Amino acid sequence: MTSEASNETAPEAIDAEPITEGTGRGEVLRSPVPISFYGAVEPDTGEFIEDGHPLEGENITGKVLVFARGKGSTVGSYVLYGLANNGCAPAAIVNEETETIVATGAILGEIPCVDSPAADLDSLEDGETVAVDADAGTIRRV
Amino acid sequence: MHLTQHEEDLLESDNDAVRKAMELLVKLGDIYGAEEMIEIESAQASGISYKSIGDPGVEFLEGFAEEGAETSVPTFANPAGMDFERWEELGIDEAFADKQKRIRDALKEMGIVLSFTCTPYLAGNLPRRGQHVAWAESSAVSFVNSVVGAKTNREGGPSALAAAITGRTPKYGLHLEENRQPTYRIDVEADIESQADFAALGSWTGRLVEDGKPYFAGIDSGGTDDLKSLGAAMAATGAVALHFVEDVTTEMDPPENVETVTFGEGELEEEYAELTTADDPELVVIGCPHCSPEEIQDVAATVEGKALTSDLWVCTSASVKTWADRNGLTETIETAGGKVLADTCNVVSPIEELGYESSATDSAKAATYLPGFCNQDVAFNDKETLLAEVTE
Repeated sequence: MTSEASNETAPEAIDAEPITEGTGRGEVLRSPVPISFYGAVEPDTGEFIEDGHPLEGENITGKVLVFARGKGSTVGSYVLYGLANNGCAPAAIVNEETETIVATGAILGEIPCVDSPAADLDSLEDGETVAVDADAGTIRRV
Repeated sequence: MHLTQHEEDLLESDNDAVRKAMELLVKLGDIYGAEEMIEIESAQASGISYKSIGDPGVEFLEGFAEEGAETSVPTFANPAGMDFERWEELGIDEAFADKQKRIRDALKEMGIVLSFTCTPYLAGNLPRRGQHVAWAESSAVSFVNSVVGAKTNREGGPSALAAAITGRTPKYGLHLEENRQPTYRIDVEADIESQADFAALGSWTGRLVEDGKPYFAGIDSGGTDDLKSLGAAMAATGAVALHFVEDVTTEMDPPENVETVTFGEGELEEEYAELTTADDPELVVIGCPHCSPEEIQDVAATVEGKALTSDLWVCTSASVKTWADRNGLTETIETAGGKVLADTCNVVSPIEELGYESSATDSAKAATYLPGFCNQDVAFNDKETLLAEVTE
């Protein structure tokens, strides 16, 4: 409910720490649990295929992907790079804390990425459009 | 982070791979609190087996090579998923082999030495004491830090490659002298005799200290192969990248002000049991980490003139295998029914696809990884015992 209230007074920017460079805009796709990209996302389609994961069946292409942190195999970095090369990368990534697997993939794939936002990740709602500016370190509702 | 003019230039490079490599190192340096970069003398790239990195890895390495990635310091490759000359004979799937060859070709294009070994220090890449390097394979990291006295963090595949391309790595962690001190003391009261005893001591310790830096007091000897097994095991059950063995790798006195635990005969015996889940192995594997010439000599002497009742793989680098071929050791082992293989090992090759369900090893590292990576039941023991059980 708080997020709806903040929506109404909206377009204030949420500050965040830049991890990579660039800007990206898209619909929020939020995962309530960490993501291991290897084995979870198809690098040539962007489809989320991990059995039983809350994002199973979604497509992350062009989305602002919001999740607390990465986990699992270091091959996850290569998956992010592959998604970018195949035009299937998320528009931007917002993390609570970007650990090295996601940081490495976002840098190699040149995906805008920020972490430590001043607002809870929960306040970013699935389907709302946001613009992530990884140069300035801001997330703005559009 | 402070960057030199040259490092600033790399960040603005027209070569996409160089620019991304430098960006990656700067960002990782920021994450770990590095204040500057340090130049490295060599690198070791991991994530080489197709089994480990899959299609995303093949596409990354090919893409990065195409973007202009080229090493600027000697860089050795970790083991691959197959022996490049004998994969067909081993029953490796052709599709797997094709992908593994694409990985090899991308590495070659980047100027990486096609060593395919986890013991580069036995195969042509031996740093000097005090040198900074960026190595990635966990047992090799432990060996160069602890036995050789060079300095490296535990790099990941991409960060080691980025270091290889730019010739530098962020200066943090084990590159700083203040972080190279013992954090645990292990008083060893058990008799540590065989290489497998060293391995068992290592796997027990790694589980206890996790990413700590143990100091072993009370072991009065230890050869290169023993220390290789000790470090490999600790890097598998824990994330140990630096250890100390009194009077063997260090002249430092045993530390007094750190947590101290005792490893006795009871712990040694229990550790052998902990690592063992099978009693009738279909495949015996020696060479995790890759065999030295002396280990191959030991195996050859043990099986000479006998017949093996199970399969036997002796895994090593192509460099060491050449020597084993020339001295007739390969022939001795293969006449008994074994195989001496280069470029690969039982953990990073798809042995579960070759029909094996149970393996025997004298490596606590392999015993730790085989159940999860290769669906194997495992028998752990010293070489002589394992080979005696499968020869007639």
